[in-house]
Amino acid sequence: MKHVLKIMALLVAISAFWIGLLETSVVPRSYTWLLAIYLIVSLGCYGLLMVGIGLMLFPTCPQEAVLLQKDIAEAKEFLKNKGVDVGSD
Amino acid sequence: MGEDNNKENKYSIIIPTYNERLNIALIIYLVFKHLKDVDFEVIVVDDGSPDGTQDVVKQLQQVYGEDRILLRARPRKLGLGTAYYHGLKHASGEFVIIMDADLSHHPKYLPSFIRKQKETGANIVTGTRYVRNGGVHGWNLMRKLTSRGANVLAQTLLWPGVSDLTGSFRLYERCVLEDVINSCVSKGYVFQMEMIVRASRKGYHIEEVPITFVDRVYGSSKLGGSEIVEYLKGLLYLLFTT
Repeated sequence: MKHVLKIMALLVAISAFWIGLLETSVVPRSYTWLLAIYLIVSLGCYGLLMVGIGLMLFPTCPQEAVLLQKDIAEAKEFLKNKGVDVGSD
Repeated sequence: MGEDNNKENKYSIIIPTYNERLNIALIIYLVFKHLKDVDFEVIVVDDGSPDGTQDVVKQLQQVYGEDRILLRARPRKLGLGTAYYHGLKHASGEFVIIMDADLSHHPKYLPSFIRKQKETGANIVTGTRYVRNGGVHGWNLMRKLTSRGANVLAQTLLWPGVSDLTGSFRLYERCVLEDVINSCVSKGYVFQMEMIVRASRKGYHIEEVPITFVDRVYGSSKLGGSEIVEYLKGLLYLLFTT
């Protein structure tokens, strides 16, 4: 099944459940749009939270740049001795 | 130790290049350094680089052997997706590894890709920069923010099952790559996303290994407004067609 259909199916199921609650007066009519608003706001907050956490915990590797420079020097040395042109960038 | 080492697998490493005269030499040295006991070949797909990249590759062939380094050039810049496709046609290994030529992907991770695949029998092993033992160096705060935002959006919309969607350091089982690449139509990094999402949808077994990514292309504003628009369009395309 296409992925977007899965998402639609999920939304339809949630809507059906909510409409059921409205129809049987478990939830008052004035609350009709509350679910939609609540879901959208929750999704937005979740997204922002994930971005914020991800940003705080973003893995960095400054030591890799140093190691890379060492590797580059080693490579240049070897290749120069073998006649490969490593002079220019 | 229970591993089936009698069946020696061959790995074809496809490296698309454009004006990477120095980097291709460094990369090939490092590949040979880190894959000492592995049966592999390197396929350089050069898009007619004017800086003499192909001359350097020919020199490297003299050092390492023309059977280990294959130069399969093209007349001009024809795009990344087609570069992989072109390289794949000349690949003789059971497994294909794709990586960038600019040294942002370090060959020292190649053994971990291979090991992960052997351990898990995965169809695809993809490198991820966004986990604990991975990482990125050379990105400022804005760049990290965009990356993180893009990733969260893609995760929410697509549920892809991998943590790094736009990464291009990957190991594919040969037949799997052939299957997936034929169903992808996007360009650039959206192409990388499409590859991994389609593979995920097709039910292929995908594993991840941490990699570090050193971005040496300082000051190149690779993330302008148009890139962001392209990305969003790509996301929507993947949302509705996968």
